Amino acid sequence: MPRQNFRTAILGSTALAIGVLLSSAAFAEDVTLTIESWRNDDLPIWQDKIIPAFEAANPGIKVVFSPTAPTEYNAALNTKLDAGTAGDLITCRPFDASLELFKKGHLTAVNDVPGMDTFSPVAKSAWSTDDGASTFCVPMASVIHGFIYNKDAFEKVGVAVPKTEEEFFAALDKIKAEGSYVPMAMGTADQWEAATMGYQNIGPNYWHGEDGRKALIEGKEKLTDADWVAPYQVLKRWADYLGDGFKAQTYPDSQNMFALGRAAIYPAGSWDISVFNTQAEFKMGAFYPPVKGAGDTCYISDHADIAMGANAKSAHPEETKKFLAWLTSADFADIYANSLPGFFSLSSHEVKLQDPLAQEFVNWRSTCKQTIRSTYQILSRGTPNLENETWGASANVINGAETPEAAAKRLQDGLDSWYKPGQ
Amino acid sequence: MTDSTTYRRARRWHILVFLAPALLVYTVLMVLPLAETLRLSLYTETEQVRSFVGFANFTVLFGDPRWAQTFWNALGNNVQFFLIHMAVQNPVGIALAALLSVPRLRGRSAYRTTIFMPTMLSFVVIGFIWKLILSPLWGVAPSLLAAIGLKSLFGPWLGQEHTALIAISLVSVWQFIGIPMMLIYAALLSIPDEVIEAAECDGVSGLAQFWKIKLPLILPAIGLISILTFVANFNAFDLIYVSQGALAGPNFATDILGTFLYRTFFGHQLQLGDQHMGATIATVMFLIILSVVAFYLLVIHRRMRRYQF
Amino acid sequence: MRQAPIFRMRRAAVHTLLGGYTLIAILPVLLIVMNSFKDRKAIFNHPLAFPTPSSFSLIGYETVLKQGDFLSYFQNSLIVTVGSLFFILLFGAMASFALTEYRFRGNVFLGLFLALGVMVPIRLGTIAILEMMAKTGLVNSLFALILVYTAQGLPLACFVLSEFMRTVSADLKNAGRVDGLSEYVVFFRLVLPLVRPAMATVAIFSMIPVWNDLWFPLILAPAEGTKTITLGTQVFIGQFVTNWNAVLAALTLSLTPVLVLYLIFSRQLIRGLTAGAVK
Repeated sequence: MPRQNFRTAILGSTALAIGVLLSSAAFAEDVTLTIESWRNDDLPIWQDKIIPAFEAANPGIKVVFSPTAPTEYNAALNTKLDAGTAGDLITCRPFDASLELFKKGHLTAVNDVPGMDTFSPVAKSAWSTDDGASTFCVPMASVIHGFIYNKDAFEKVGVAVPKTEEEFFAALDKIKAEGSYVPMAMGTADQWEAATMGYQNIGPNYWHGEDGRKALIEGKEKLTDADWVAPYQVLKRWADYLGDGFKAQTYPDSQNMFALGRAAIYPAGSWDISVFNTQAEFKMGAFYPPVKGAGDTCYISDHADIAMGANAKSAHPEETKKFLAWLTSADFADIYANSLPGFFSLSSHEVKLQDPLAQEFVNWRSTCKQTIRSTYQILSRGTPNLENETWGASANVINGAETPEAAAKRLQDGLDSWYKPGQ
Repeated sequence: MTDSTTYRRARRWHILVFLAPALLVYTVLMVLPLAETLRLSLYTETEQVRSFVGFANFTVLFGDPRWAQTFWNALGNNVQFFLIHMAVQNPVGIALAALLSVPRLRGRSAYRTTIFMPTMLSFVVIGFIWKLILSPLWGVAPSLLAAIGLKSLFGPWLGQEHTALIAISLVSVWQFIGIPMMLIYAALLSIPDEVIEAAECDGVSGLAQFWKIKLPLILPAIGLISILTFVANFNAFDLIYVSQGALAGPNFATDILGTFLYRTFFGHQLQLGDQHMGATIATVMFLIILSVVAFYLLVIHRRMRRYQF
Repeated sequence: MRQAPIFRMRRAAVHTLLGGYTLIAILPVLLIVMNSFKDRKAIFNHPLAFPTPSSFSLIGYETVLKQGDFLSYFQNSLIVTVGSLFFILLFGAMASFALTEYRFRGNVFLGLFLALGVMVPIRLGTIAILEMMAKTGLVNSLFALILVYTAQGLPLACFVLSEFMRTVSADLKNAGRVDGLSEYVVFFRLVLPLVRPAMATVAIFSMIPVWNDLWFPLILAPAEGTKTITLGTQVFIGQFVTNWNAVLAALTLSLTPVLVLYLIFSRQLIRGLTAGAVK
């Protein structure tokens, strides 16, 4: 009996020891990946939905989403990359900013990540070298510009959804005259709001989307051409319909103004949808940027906005690649598009959108021609940086600090100072 | 002989022990990194290869109209930022200190504590608080003005080119006024009682006493505060960055050297950081601050010492 | 007899002026704290009203406390601030003592060398600092922050403390030496207690930028476990920027500990400031 006991004890303790060893081995194998991102708004969705879905499918890999405020993202990320302390996965801004990181050797090519073939060359173009040979980030989502409106307000004032520029201003006039709503919620304090929600939103209708954008890059058109000045002339007219003190109104102020039901129309990026869904207590609808004349082709900015790449200095390249491969899956496309309505998947997977407002935005893809923001590809490689200059120009035009023509000339001069088309 | 040499040698070791920790930390973590940055101003980088270019970056900064215009605009704004501090923060701080030093004042420590309080708050908090208060959407500032019948004076101050810099300077003054107040208050307290008594015997009291007797005596303290304000203002960055963004809007109306440097050095949005031009701006800032401080120490400070009692 | 009314009027004027400015200093903060306890509608529609039973709401605090660990942020800030102050004061006092007490070659040069640091923001050296921390494995540790802030604080500390070390009487020190006390004992036992007020001044001036810094926490120690309260607040504001309940609650949570500490120690702080500044 004592013997038996002894043996059981030995067996037991051995089993225990092995168990401990195994579990500690498993623990040691647990790899933690860190994601660098500027999407701090999405923190809860990553923590509660996206990461658990990945971890469930890939035991042994833990993921931490570690966002920085958008304004600090680039500065903080570049500094950390230079010093070699950045996270394993890097959220990529489109085009030149990330291309530069790739050229400097901070990002690895993702051509061989399984599943990259679910993205069209167009989707990949925002994160590929000019010759298309290397892709360095896995595309995640695009965003679409347009206008979100307060349905209750439109009903109360008695305006219909505008299709043309003329109808648009007529609607604004009517809302203004009626007086219960600020016609349009936008401010110029943050500058990018004027450029992105204003200029890049309505612009494609005037410069004819991709045709104009490519012509600008090839040097066949100039920012001082009528088609490129026109959106500034329209923006200038917006000033009359913005809220009191719009010059000091920040982007969150605009969001609040619309969400509180104080404004009728909101020049939007589709990413605003989720904010309004949780805060607005009225019915909302959306319309695409009104065209110049009835029956004109409409163009929308369907901008490849966000992707993810691998830090070349990551200590866990295999696991990082696994995560990137997961980003190409139908599972991820579905979770991402539906938990963040307004971010539209760039993959070829069929995604069923549950949010009606987001669905409205996506529907435009079949009625309008798509393009991306005019300043992002190639034209923001030098100093002065065209995108950043466009922020100031758009805000200045609305504020009345610069005429549309003067702003256009300044931008073109800046571009000419370093950009020689066709090289 | 031997005694004194051993004594001396022992003293030497003490000196080293006393100095070493400070010098080590300061040199390794501050001087060397900064020297590295300043050195970068003489280099440039093309296609990931760094090359020595002498003073070419400085030629670009002052010669290229685009860089030069941004630089002079930032410098001009910075000077205004400083002048507003000198014109508002220091006189008001001195006035508050003078009021606080009124003898047998009830509630003195409560006043002192409260007025100094904003100095303790972070830029993040202060920038945001004032943005909210001055926000046209929230309407706190307009309704406060309406309460005293001045509603028509309200404007989107942080968003207008001609008011933004003044508004942001005043927020900064609000934050830091406690420092000149305290330093002057201390200087006033240190004036010997005999001097005041003598003045009162001569019938000089109240305001006249402040102007004729006390003010000249606290001039060194005012000088010290001015130079501290100068250094702080020419290193300022956070408040404007937090409330107006890295582009220091509207239309660069609030752009000062600190924000210009940050934008250039670390980049912004699609603009990538340029360490070499950033280092060039940093070097120029360093030289500006150095020359003003040297001028103060060599000329003004020395002259004021002469009048000290 | 004629003096009294004038005297009283003067008193009243002094109180009006000081009281007026006190309001300016405190109202903005009160406004934030007050509105953080109201529901969304009341914040926007009646920003100047006190919370009433019908408008009272803690929803902002619920959101914030669910998302982040403000207690740990606060603790990190406290460790960094106290740690930095300790080293700034100790190293700063030792160096100033050496510079003012002993004559040796390079004395003046070292003084100027240390003073240079007052003029340039240490932020400019970020890249080299970060590389150094990465090499020594100190990234995402509070110690990295303490080291940087110590370096940042030393120049001012040496500058102010040197001025005071000069005023300590030589007789006292020499008497100590005659009694056979070592230089270390002279410094720690005799000199340090005498310059305590100046140390308080230095502590206050060094503490404010350390506590409030956003940049180095962001670059050197952004991990959740090492976040300071300023960085935590900034992340929150960015994340909930349209949710004013949460923003106001986060602002209140980040300023309350500072204010409570300030009120507890304000007497010492002010005594230090005023005593230290007599020059």
